[in-house]
Amino acid sequence: MESFTCLTATACPLDIANLNTDQLIPARYLKWPRSAGLGKVLFHDLRFGSDGEERPDFPLNRPAWRGAKIIVGGRNFGCGSSREAAVYALRDYGIRCVIAASFGDIFSSNATQNGLLTAIVSDEETAEIMTALAGKPGFEMTVDLERQTIRCGDRTYTFSIDAVRRTRLLNGWDDIALTERYRDRIAAFVTGDRIRRPWAAAVLRTRPAGIA
Amino acid sequence: MDETQTLFDKVWAAHEITRREDGESLLWVDRHFVHEGSFHAFSRLAERGVNVVEPGLTFGVADHYVPTGGSRPGIADLEIARMVQQIGENAARHGIVLFAPGDPRQGIAHVVGPEQGLTLPGLLIVCGDSHTSTHGALGACAFGIGASEVAHVLMTQTIWQRKPKRMRVTVNGELAAGVAAKDIVLAIVARIGADGATGHAVEFAGPAIRGLSVEGRLTLCNMSIEAGARCGMVAPDEKTFAYVKGRPYAPEGVEFEHAVDAWSALTTDDNAQFEREVILDAVTVAPIVTWGTSPEDALPIDASVPDPARESNEARARHVREALDYMGIVPGTRLADIAIDHVFIGSCTNARIEDLRAAAAVLAGRISKVPGLVSAGSSAVKRQAEEEGLDRIFRDAGLVWGESGCSMCVGINGDIIAPGERCASTTNRNFRGRQGPGARTHLMSPAMAAAAAVAGRLADVRPFLSGRKV
Repeated sequence: MESFTCLTATACPLDIANLNTDQLIPARYLKWPRSAGLGKVLFHDLRFGSDGEERPDFPLNRPAWRGAKIIVGGRNFGCGSSREAAVYALRDYGIRCVIAASFGDIFSSNATQNGLLTAIVSDEETAEIMTALAGKPGFEMTVDLERQTIRCGDRTYTFSIDAVRRTRLLNGWDDIALTERYRDRIAAFVTGDRIRRPWAAAVLRTRPAGIA
Repeated sequence: MDETQTLFDKVWAAHEITRREDGESLLWVDRHFVHEGSFHAFSRLAERGVNVVEPGLTFGVADHYVPTGGSRPGIADLEIARMVQQIGENAARHGIVLFAPGDPRQGIAHVVGPEQGLTLPGLLIVCGDSHTSTHGALGACAFGIGASEVAHVLMTQTIWQRKPKRMRVTVNGELAAGVAAKDIVLAIVARIGADGATGHAVEFAGPAIRGLSVEGRLTLCNMSIEAGARCGMVAPDEKTFAYVKGRPYAPEGVEFEHAVDAWSALTTDDNAQFEREVILDAVTVAPIVTWGTSPEDALPIDASVPDPARESNEARARHVREALDYMGIVPGTRLADIAIDHVFIGSCTNARIEDLRAAAAVLAGRISKVPGLVSAGSSAVKRQAEEEGLDRIFRDAGLVWGESGCSMCVGINGDIIAPGERCASTTNRNFRGRQGPGARTHLMSPAMAAAAAVAGRLADVRPFLSGRKV
């Protein structure tokens, strides 16, 4: 996984609360393999009208924000469906960081797995940053994960992020490799668990009658 | 030291293999459900050239992409057909039991799991689907995960998680006639908000919850994700044990008796601590419908939609304005004056047999003013409904009696609502475009959806029930 340390890039404000993953990528694109390029369908029904033409009022369609790598969103960003394609679409578009007052739990996990930083600031700070960005379209901000700071013009904000997610992003850790190191402990757990909770694994011995 | 534990603490502790200094725990996974959308994860296994480590604890379902609109011939759309074919190939390659189209057990993962006895109290269950929270109704800890985590579970049968905070939602009193589990959960989401339970494991407790059937509890826990909860749970009780007993994959005989002993201990200790408590009175819960584009936009059917001009908070006013604009509703309109174009009865939220009975009780001898689709939660539910003659009631009312799957809840099988049309729906999400681009969704209980069908507009189900046995 690609690590995240520090990023200076254009930030686009997207002032929508509860922006769910159905908006990030509509369900009809979920059958696309990632190689199809999910960036082109990011925010599809918000970015494009029913005629397929760009909606000029959608922030990412404005020339100054087209190349944004940072999004500043409303509270509960990424709520709803667990579709990881929502994160793929953001990453494939070029987004490396989303800043919001809160995130959907599953979305944050998925983001961490794909090197996308989810940085949490307060509602008031989100509003301040959005106002600053709206005043200067195309403006660049610096997000420093090591220091947990966002520099926006002459203001510096401290953001919060789960300590584990921070470490993973900084190191670009792969979960599977990490878990491999616990192989013996897992085996020991299973041995004990089969004695403690035999009913939990009874399914391994069950083959319902008459059905393969 | 505080030794008291909540239900959630107990289930979590039983699965904790290790906890790192940074606070993250490695958890054992008892059951893992995969579906057509799990193809990203299977691709990761293929890239690494590895197999599923515990195929006997992994169960596949074809639910998201299967046709549900009528009878089930071949799938015309090649891309959709490919999705269904792909889960079949992956299941076969890895030796996973698959409930495929045509299998009498096929259905929506969150209906099939409990129905087949795969979902048991005290288990830790995951699936690459946010509505995995459903299984918590039996006292399991169950939550949705993303594709990378699905791949991790397939390869290790474990998952890394930080323990969420604990929240208890107590519902006192008794539900009034015509008020269902769906109304309780919509009332909760409206009260605490779409992110009200983010970062929390929620336990539903209190007399009104105890009074719910297991199926009602499944509806309740299903929508705990709509308040952002990591998972929703109900402590198992005699109803749960009776529900589980005799199901195909449930423990049998002495092993079942031993399991019941263990499950009986899965309750929250007196004085156990929750980081957050919410208390509701069931008496105050009326039949509810949503009016906007988030499940928190929910109101009793006798109310009127909000008016952005009367909202003091600017952000709130903007949300109301944009939601009503998308929904095509004039501010201040009475909910009961909103005409509908379509009805959908189905989904992992509300397509179990009791849901179909509740809808049929309203529709019996009546005609739907709008077209609609009824999609049973599983093929087994479909057969049972047909044995009870419910299919005739739906057909006689003018609705399509379809096959089982996620269907019009997410629309990726091609069953969608036309742009601008309005659907009374028993599903879980009224997001923009959820039921198709431009589609407008109002969430409600099965009985309320049936009442809306008969009235041709959003309607209070209670007058429709007078003199009827429900």
